[in-house]
Amino acid sequence: MIWSKYSAPQAFYPLAGRLIPWFAAVAVLLMVVGLYMGFFVAPTDFQQGESYRIIFVHVPAAWMSMFLYVVMAIWAGVGMGLNARLSFMMAQAIAPTGAMFTFLALLTGAMWGKPTWGAWWVWDARLTSELILLFQYAGVMLLRTSIDDLRRADRSSAVFALVGVVNVPIIYYSVQWWNTLHQGASVSMATGSKMAATMLMAMLIMTIAFWMYSIAVILARVRCVIVERESLPAWDEKPAVIHEAVEAR
Amino acid sequence: MQDGGINCLISRSISRLTPLVFQRLVPLLSAVLGVDKRIMLQAVALSCRRGERRLFSDLNVQVERGKLLAVVGENGSGKTSLLRIFSSLLPPEDGSVRWEGEDIHQLKELYSGQLMYLGHLNGIKDDLTAVENLLSSMALAGEPCSESGAKEALEAIGLKRVVHRLPSKVLSQGQKRRVALARLWLSTRPLWLLDEPFTSLDTASTAVVTQRLHAHLQREGLVVVVTHQEIALPAERLQRLRLAG
Amino acid sequence: MSHSSMWDSISGIIRRDLLLAMRRWSDAAMSVFFLVIVVSLFPLGVGPEPAVLRTIAPGVLWVAALLTCLLSLSRVFTPDYLDGVLEQMVLVPQPLSLLVLGKVLAHWMISGLPVVLLSPLLGLQFGLEGEALGVLVLSLLLGTPTLSMIGAIGAALVLGVRGSGLLVALLVLPLYVPVLIFGAGAVTSSMAGIGGEANLSLLGACLVLSLFLAPWATAAALRIALE
Repeated sequence: MIWSKYSAPQAFYPLAGRLIPWFAAVAVLLMVVGLYMGFFVAPTDFQQGESYRIIFVHVPAAWMSMFLYVVMAIWAGVGMGLNARLSFMMAQAIAPTGAMFTFLALLTGAMWGKPTWGAWWVWDARLTSELILLFQYAGVMLLRTSIDDLRRADRSSAVFALVGVVNVPIIYYSVQWWNTLHQGASVSMATGSKMAATMLMAMLIMTIAFWMYSIAVILARVRCVIVERESLPAWDEKPAVIHEAVEAR
Repeated sequence: MQDGGINCLISRSISRLTPLVFQRLVPLLSAVLGVDKRIMLQAVALSCRRGERRLFSDLNVQVERGKLLAVVGENGSGKTSLLRIFSSLLPPEDGSVRWEGEDIHQLKELYSGQLMYLGHLNGIKDDLTAVENLLSSMALAGEPCSESGAKEALEAIGLKRVVHRLPSKVLSQGQKRRVALARLWLSTRPLWLLDEPFTSLDTASTAVVTQRLHAHLQREGLVVVVTHQEIALPAERLQRLRLAG
Repeated sequence: MSHSSMWDSISGIIRRDLLLAMRRWSDAAMSVFFLVIVVSLFPLGVGPEPAVLRTIAPGVLWVAALLTCLLSLSRVFTPDYLDGVLEQMVLVPQPLSLLVLGKVLAHWMISGLPVVLLSPLLGLQFGLEGEALGVLVLSLLLGTPTLSMIGAIGAALVLGVRGSGLLVALLVLPLYVPVLIFGAGAVTSSMAGIGGEANLSLLGACLVLSLFLAPWATAAALRIALE
């Protein structure tokens, strides 16, 4: 009932506006706690020393990057199935955040790789599939911006996102396969050493913090998309909403 | 007294309901159940938006067997979009198109088997000859024809035998259009959707094509034509829809 | 819809596309030349050391095959899109995905098959021999149809879009990664004496998966492009 009510962009706009501050506040709070725990409370790793601490950012970012791709594909699929405008807008809003987390995972991976492997970039299976995931995010976003017609942009990038979601696990396993074939790096991230309870806790808190951050940012971006799209002249039949949207901004 | 009251009530309500039934329910039911078999193609509350522009909204139109619907209007009024909606290429923003009472997006391939569509692009290959083009487009449409049949069709629309063997890239615009229109002589589909069929045709060819349309209507076919020109057909065959820009 | 008329439509499309390719044989010849030139550039860049060339051979040949396929993607749907044949294809009483399958098969015969046939020659240039050469041909035979299948999705998505040539590369190349890994991996492992069977069967699995999913996605993309 409530969902059907808020599935119209005009109704969703103010709701999103009310929710954003809460998610943002929780995100900041958890991030502070998580980073403190990760950088100061968690014990030093006996093998890797202090440099391992970057995994408190790296691992949650990598999880989020894959998770967000799946969520984006789900919204894209819902949009195709139900022909719902808001779903396409959600998919559009998720892509940049997903790409950002992918980039963050790559960056922190490189920062971890330098002291551990002695090189900024190693063709490790996880890093390589993250890189390809970044390309796929770029593909979704570039396809959307290259198409002028909004409806076609929505649907074309949805098809590509859905094709990509089939491909992500295949890429992941193929890269792992390739890595074992070529005898790549022997030390892998976030595995091996037994994790202390505080480490696990810090990582979980950071993951939830990233979740909250993603929700806040994505909702904010959806609001921008709604304003951008729904104030087009074609929407002359509901002018009241546009006024409200402009005021709220 | 009481009996009379009830009778009065019944008769009054019947007299009130009767016009409602005849004006609203009967056409609605017949449309839904397909009782009126003459109405084959029907647009119900169609609206269409291209990009940021609303082209038309709440458009209702019916085409019966043996009738030609001429869609007229200024440039950019949505004539071609309407034809594309009828062909199922373009999904309408709102409303539906029904064929014999059923939504064409439910019918899918069954509906495609009923129509022949000719857009403003000719759909012919520059590297193929006229005959090859006709053969391959008929084969693609699932109505394969013989080579002699294709040649007859091309001659019927005034393309001489010399032209049949030339690659289409050397043909003039009007000749290319006629290669595309030759499909009208081979198609057995009841519904023809034609976008500006007379562009770049000379008067003689226009007359030939009009005759062909007439023959199709006489065999209980339906035609929807987007055009700027007057079509020389008997008034009882013609139906006009003007789209305001 | 009867079985035979479905097959008629598919074979009709394949026959028409092959006829068109024969009339425009220079297009197909160009991609073959491209392949040969790209492959020949590597020894010039890396140096003529036979041992080095032999180790990079599987990767070089596979990447070159992949790029050749990529370059020919614009020929799958664009001509039909521009002259209106694609509209007619969408309005045919057969499922569009079947017709797409026909188009992709024709594309593979024109641009994939020459690569497969030429590959032993190119492999010899790089010092491949015996079993490795056979595995190379086999891997390309299994892999190039998959490249055409996946490529068709990208080609359909960018129809009529500005800058489509570069865009299609960006969309399609990440999707090509598994095929590249299994294809080049098959040759590498056969050279290492492990045997390429595992990689080849994974390539086969990719082919089967793309045969089922890609025509369907391509058909959806075509409908969207034609709206």
